[in-house]
Amino acid sequence: MNFSYTIFILIIPIATFLLLGFFYNRIKPAVSGWIGVTALSVVAGLSYYTAYQYFFNVGKIDGKFQTFFGFQANWMNFTENLRIDMGILLDPISIMMLVVVSTISLMAHIYSRGYMKGDRGYTKFFAFLSLFTFAMMGLVVATNLFQIYIFWELVGVSSYLLIGFYYEKPSAVAAAKKAFIVTRFADLGFLIGILLMGYYGGSFDFMELNNPEGPAIMNWASTSFMGLSVITWALILMFVGGAGKSAMLPFHIWLPDAMEGPTPVSALIHAATMVVAGVYLVARMFPMFHFVEDGFALHVVAWVGAISSLFAAFIALTQKDIKRVLAFSTMSQIGYMMLALGVSKYDGHEGLGYMASMWHLFTHAMFKALLFLGAGSVIHAVHSNYLKDMGGLRKYMPITNITFLIAALSISGFPLTAGFFSKDEILVAAFEHNKAIYFITLFVAGLTAFYMFRLYFGIFWGKKKEYEHTPHESPWSMTIPLLFLAFMSIATGYLPFSEWVTADHKALHGHIGLFSNLGVIHWDMAGIAITAGLLGIAIAWFFYKKPTDYPAKVSAAFGRLYKWAFNKFYFDEVYLFVTKQIIFKRISTPFAWFDKKVVDGTMDGIGNTTVSLSKVIKGTQSGRIQDYAFAFAGGVFVLVLIVIYMI
Amino acid sequence: MIENVSIYELLTLTTILFFIGLYGFLTRKNLLTMLLSIELLLNASVINFVVINKYLYPDVLQGVYFSIFIIAVAAAETALAISIIINLYRLKTSVDVAETETMKY
Repeated sequence: MNFSYTIFILIIPIATFLLLGFFYNRIKPAVSGWIGVTALSVVAGLSYYTAYQYFFNVGKIDGKFQTFFGFQANWMNFTENLRIDMGILLDPISIMMLVVVSTISLMAHIYSRGYMKGDRGYTKFFAFLSLFTFAMMGLVVATNLFQIYIFWELVGVSSYLLIGFYYEKPSAVAAAKKAFIVTRFADLGFLIGILLMGYYGGSFDFMELNNPEGPAIMNWASTSFMGLSVITWALILMFVGGAGKSAMLPFHIWLPDAMEGPTPVSALIHAATMVVAGVYLVARMFPMFHFVEDGFALHVVAWVGAISSLFAAFIALTQKDIKRVLAFSTMSQIGYMMLALGVSKYDGHEGLGYMASMWHLFTHAMFKALLFLGAGSVIHAVHSNYLKDMGGLRKYMPITNITFLIAALSISGFPLTAGFFSKDEILVAAFEHNKAIYFITLFVAGLTAFYMFRLYFGIFWGKKKEYEHTPHESPWSMTIPLLFLAFMSIATGYLPFSEWVTADHKALHGHIGLFSNLGVIHWDMAGIAITAGLLGIAIAWFFYKKPTDYPAKVSAAFGRLYKWAFNKFYFDEVYLFVTKQIIFKRISTPFAWFDKKVVDGTMDGIGNTTVSLSKVIKGTQSGRIQDYAFAFAGGVFVLVLIVIYMI
Repeated sequence: MIENVSIYELLTLTTILFFIGLYGFLTRKNLLTMLLSIELLLNASVINFVVINKYLYPDVLQGVYFSIFIIAVAAAETALAISIIINLYRLKTSVDVAETETMKY
């Protein structure tokens, strides 16, 4: 099978970006919207076709999914083995990501035609969306660490551009800068990790690095630094980059602020695709994470994921801006994916966590994009982000109401929705390998259900509110993506994922695939998770379905803890203190003084000395030609005397 | 080779010519006179070429050819110098060398 047509999955979005970017003054908004949607439809079609070919026709040879290359170019050779290539790598996870990115991006494009209508930067917005799609596609099909790094930065740039899309708002500009700087700072770790990996692992290529019998994995013990293998350090540093992009502790501070961007952007970039790049990176390097030093780096991943998911769930309970609740919920769910990878092993059924993580990535992309787009629809109707300005909207916005409910049920793990299946696999994987993480996960599942339904009841039920302008249902361009994603939020749960996406590329027995012939349902594990979810929903029902004073009482009872969570555990303040008070004031100021006074002073001194010296001696340049001639003749005369009498 | 004239006498002549030219160049205020002095300097060297060629290496002709070159180059240089002097005159209505001091520093 020849997959060389996959290059068009990359070419079409970048061509659209260039077209819309260069001619954005000449193209009418109506046309540019259609150009974006059409291009993305073609990309999505190609991605689906690739997935169909790969999973059903040609991918599997001897019960194992093979790796294909759609395109491969040798770019830079450093040494015999160490080189940087550009290419398209097709294996189960990259094809799954192609489907995720193209689907969500297409939905965001269609939705934006309604949401961004009348905006001055309409064409520019579609151009940036295409740039982002190109960058994300390039990231997922990368064949080596350097290619993934290049596209990694490109998604960072397009994220920056889109967060700061409303550049007249100072808060949007600040949020864009914050997102860029924080992730850049984490990417420094990624870069160092890549360089260490290149030097000590001997290759940048995923196929060479991840080969379980390859030299990079076999020889990890030959180097050590501070008690750990250098390869382990490289993996941890790469995970730091991943944590920056995926908003894990302690680099999560940019994600809530990134909600300043337009809502389709939050759905596409900050919920479904870019923020899972960190998870994807760990999954991509999974054999290395697992085999090197008995998976030490993987333990780090697991615990960072677990703590982030708990931490974010606490904050999400208290936030009042609906997009911020969703942002922290995203962080919490990504923590799930990380911890599922972290507890996973490599072979056969032991690799359940890997499969669960990828499955949750897939289903989460669908329902979280739906939640964001639904929130966007609500914001579009009431012109506010705050829960206090909403309530009773179910009468005005029936489609948004139903789809939002489906997404909220899915993320809460309500039985027979997609989130239920993928979350249950994560819980099983955690239960089998790490009990402490299992209990955290279970607790977070309950919290998730509670805060999602706090949001749902707060928006669509709750208090009766008099609106100045009667809210109305959004146009079709916005509700069609909602309906499609609502369908996906249920349907993706019935995919036989455990046959397709596994760590060792061989099918395994999942726990909950209803239509998968490999599936066996373990209702004992599922029952606990369902109970946790339903409990959360029930409490939210009790608290928020009608206006009550329970929420106020409970938050008062928690007192300080509530205040801490509401203020996001003061992480922003700590960062500000460290940067402003310690780094800027104590370190940067003396350095700036040294630079200005000593370094610049030396250079200025040399310049000033030359100038003043030349002022003294410039009188000798009289400008009279005869003086010069006299000096010349006199000089010759003296030289002649010397030649004659001295030598 | 000239009868009864030795190379020393001729070289003395060119030396005198050279120093007359140098003196004129250093002391005259008029640019045209200075140009004449430069011609004297050149002529002194041209005669030197011919004399030394004739007296020391009578069987070759390089010195003679070289002197012809110098005369040709001197003609071109004189034309250039005079055009500069004429332009200066148009600018300053004077051909005094003191007027050319404006480009110092």
